[in-house]
This record gives sequence, C-alpha cells and structure tokens, in this order.
Amino acid sequence: MKGKCWKFGDHVDTDQIIPARYLNTINAAELAAHCMEDADAGFAKKVKQGDIIVGGDNFGCGSSREHAPLCIKAAGVSCVLANSFARIFFRNAINIGLPILECPEAVAAIKEGDEVEVDLEKGSVKHLGTGKVYNTTPFPKELREIIAAGGLMNYVKTVAAK
Amino acid sequence: MGMTITEKIIAAHCGRERVKPGEFVYANVDIALGNDITAPLAIQEFEAAGLKRVFDPERIALIPDHFTPNKDIKSAQQCQVLRRFAHAHGLKHYYDAGRCGVEHAFLPEQGIVVPGDLVIGADSHTCTYGALGAFATGVGSTDLAAVMATGKVWLRVPSSLKFNYNGAMPKWIGGKDLVLLAIGKIGVDGARYQSMEICGEAIEFLNMDERLALCNMAIEAGAKNGIIAPDQTTVDYEENRAQRPFKKYASDPNAAYTKTYDFDVSNLEPLVALPHLPENVKPVRECKDIRIDQVVIGSCTNGRITDLRTAAQILDGRKVAPSVRLIVIPATQEIYLQAMREGLLEIFVNAEAVVSTPTCGPCLGGHMGILAEGERALSTTNRNFVGRMGHPKSEVYLCNPAVAAASAITGHITHPDEVL
Ligand code: SF4
Repeated sequence: MKGKCWKFGDHVDTDQIIPARYLNTINAAELAAHCMEDADAGFAKKVKQGDIIVGGDNFGCGSSREHAPLCIKAAGVSCVLANSFARIFFRNAINIGLPILECPEAVAAIKEGDEVEVDLEKGSVKHLGTGKVYNTTPFPKELREIIAAGGLMNYVKTVAAK
Repeated sequence: MGMTITEKIIAAHCGRERVKPGEFVYANVDIALGNDITAPLAIQEFEAAGLKRVFDPERIALIPDHFTPNKDIKSAQQCQVLRRFAHAHGLKHYYDAGRCGVEHAFLPEQGIVVPGDLVIGADSHTCTYGALGAFATGVGSTDLAAVMATGKVWLRVPSSLKFNYNGAMPKWIGGKDLVLLAIGKIGVDGARYQSMEICGEAIEFLNMDERLALCNMAIEAGAKNGIIAPDQTTVDYEENRAQRPFKKYASDPNAAYTKTYDFDVSNLEPLVALPHLPENVKPVRECKDIRIDQVVIGSCTNGRITDLRTAAQILDGRKVAPSVRLIVIPATQEIYLQAMREGLLEIFVNAEAVVSTPTCGPCLGGHMGILAEGERALSTTNRNFVGRMGHPKSEVYLCNPAVAAASAITGHITHPDEVL
C-alpha cells in the first residue's frame, strides 16, 4: 500500500469520523461522502483512492459504530496509521478488513502530504521522502488469522462455525 | 496468583479454570445486543454470509432506541430491518417503541442481563451492565453478526485497573461524579484495552441506578469494561427481575492489577466535563458563569428514576429560565410510569420542561432537541464530542442531574446548593 498522508490529531472520535446525523443509513457510499466531516469538512472531496489517514493517540474513540471504519474504507483510504487505536475501532477495523497499524515513530515523522508505503505483513512503514523505514510488531496470530480469512464473517464461516 | 472478577467471568465462559491478561479466547455469550443503528449492519452481514439460523433466539436482544419513535423514513426503514429479522428468527427479546426504552436502562431493569453474565453489545455503552457484576463490553456490527451466528466472541483478556472510592458520599454527588473524577484523572484513553474494577466503601452505599451511571462511562476512559462485584444491593435489585439464575463473582484478594487509584470522595463537589472531551473535568463552582441554551436530563447514563427524583426535587415549584429549553427523557417505559405515579412528570411540565417518550434522541444529536450553531447544552449524557448534540459549532457540557436541574432554573451552570 502506497499513498499520500492526511494528518489528524489525538482522540479523533467516531462522531468526527462519521457524525450520528448520518447514521440513518448503512449505505457505504452515502456514509463515505461524510467521512471525517466534523474533523475536516472538505475531507471526503479531497481524499484520493489509496490515500492514508494518520492519527495520533486513541484514534476512533467513542461509539461502537462500525460505520466509522466502513466509511473510511469506502472513501478509498487504504490504511490508517496511528500511535494507538481505541478498542472498539481496532476490533471493527480488523473485522471488516480495513488495514490499520500502530506505529508512533512513523506517525511522528510523517507530515501532511508526505507519501509512505505500508507493508502490513512485515508491520513496516517506509517514508518515501526520506527513505527511512519504521518497524512495528505485527499483529498476534489470532488476529492475522481473521485478517487472512478476509474478515471475521469469512473466518466464522470457515473456522469457528464448524 | 489470584484472578480478578473480570478474568473469572471470562474463564467461566470459555470452560477454563483460569485465563491471563493478554490471552486470546473465544468466549460463550449469554446475551448479544443490537440497536437500530448497529443491528441493521449486523443483519446485512449475517444474511450476506448466507447464515440461516441464530445460535439461540432467547439470547439476542434487539432494541430500537436511537432514532425511535422513527424520526424519518430512513430510520423507519432501519427499524423495519430489525423487526423483520426478529420475527423471522423468533427472537424473544425484541421490543418495539412503546415497549422498551434506552437499551442500557432497559436490559438490566427487565432482568434480561444478570450478574455473572458475559454480554456483548453492538453499542459502546454496553459496559453499563458491569454495575450488576457482569462482564459486558461494546463491539461493532460484524462482531454482533458473528455472535448471532455462533454464540461466541473473540476476546483478548484485559488487564485490570482498580478504582477505590473511600469516604462518605456528600450531598448532590452521584455515580456520574465518581466516574468523571476517574476520567478526569486518567484521561479518555487512561484505561484503554483494560478493565476498570470499581470498589470501596463509597460504592457500597450507592444504589443500583448510581452504579449503572458509573459503569456506563467506563468506555469514556477507553476501558473494555467497568465492573462492580455483586453485593446485597445487587441481590435485592435482582429480586423479581432476573429472568435467569445468576452467579456472583468476586476478585481474589491476591488478584493482579496494573494500577490502583484511591479517591477520597468526602469533600467532592459535583463535577462538569467541558467540551470537547469527557476528561476536561472541573468542579461545578469553577464553571458558574457559563450560560446555557438547553439542558437535557436523560440517557443511558442518567435517565433512571433516581435521576428524575433528584431533578424533580430541585425543579419542584420553580420555572426553567426563559432563555433555556429543558428536555427530560425518562429512559424506559417503566421509569416513565413510575415518574408519572410519583408526580415527577407534573413537576417537570409545570416547570416548563419538555417531557419526551423514552429515546436516545438528543444524546447523539439524533432528534428531540438538536443544537443550532453556537448553542450550548448542559446534559446528563456521557459524551461531549464535537457536534455530538447537533451543529459542529455547538457545545456540550456533562454533569449529574442535580446540577442540570439547578442550572436549567438559573440559565447558567449552577451548584444545586445555590437553588435549594
Ligand atoms: S442514550 Fe446516548 S449514549 Fe446511551 S445508548 Fe443512547 S445514544 Fe448511546
């Protein structure tokens, strides 16, 4: 995954990612049109296919709405990097197959508009401007299994339900 | 090494003697919950995966509460998805408008969730039921879809933080203030991925409504769950409620905690959380010149009968300030009825408040009182994020019902002592 970075601060909550006033639908395209609206009103228009969101601490805190990672994915964002993720957002992203990575060192080095390349399997982020590579710990085995199955529902069908 | 109450409940639900923090487990779920925002997505996933049967029609609760009574055509369609699914699968715990209320007030009240349960809810405030001594945590819609199919959930066993509240509870202080005290101390991610275990002599004297308000906001500290060990208050509460036999768990004396926090509450003042994070906590007297346009008393945090009694005690014989709209929302039908019997609703209406049917409504900026640009609300709800109750340039301040009622009368944030 390679893309241009959009930077956000700490504690970006789910009400900023997708305000509740739009939650009367589960249509991903409709939700994507309001992606990050209360953090950056023009984001949904500016973001390009493959771009990367870079958050600070506790990204995705707040409600359990899966509409949050869903609208980010539907907006074309290829990956979210952050210092840390709020618990439910982390689960939801894994479960729906939105690539995420916790990598504080890379986050500190990345500036708005920088281009980076993310390798999820290795857990590494390469800053294309400086050429520097930042490594993190890959996900534990149990989570990689869910990701490898293509999300939780596929995993349920193949493994847990048998 | 002993185990915490959270570890014990998780172990019991995956047929193990013991579990350790950090371990991944697949645990059996007693009750799975969804609402009119999260369940439609779960149902879509469930059906798209070609699944035909739910694991147990008696253990899935679908509660339409957020945009109900349906506020527009789209939300009506969402509720229709729930209704159809509930009927198709013969779900026992489906309750339509007029028969339920805010999910986290309704499920404990009706004894659908009980002490010792492992509850998974596609709503972040599912952590509320920790007040009963259950392990309850919020998840997303895909998780709910998987639980509806298998009755199991993947969990990483959380480590635990201990919050010890000592001293006698002063007047006008409730569960809301105790949890705001903790969030103000540790921050909105201070308990991220961890369990918040609540104990101490101050907790022993809290009634169940106050305990539910306290555990409700564990998620606002980033916690996986909040939990209070069952005691006599819990057992009394469950009498004539619990729909299933329940089990009482308690932490071992030598259980391990990442950290212990001690609070002395005896001199605590009511607290207010300022925009735009629940961790921006200040004593009410430091906020007194802040003018407000709207006050909301309700929600899964503070919409219970104890809260309404407190608010009515302050509003009795008084009028809401001309510049303020007060909206009171009993959290369930049972609370509504009780408030009616006790004459509380009459007090509110005489004070010139709006009294609404049970709904989440304004708490999430859904309906029933949305804020305009530049407006400021004081609310007994749990979140004050940007745009939470309406326009992105509006503000939300959080407080307990006593402060909310007193402030509605004066038009600015006010200590209840100044009114009563
Ligand atoms: S009352 Fe508010 S916080 Fe509680 S479930 Fe409803 S929207 Fe969520």
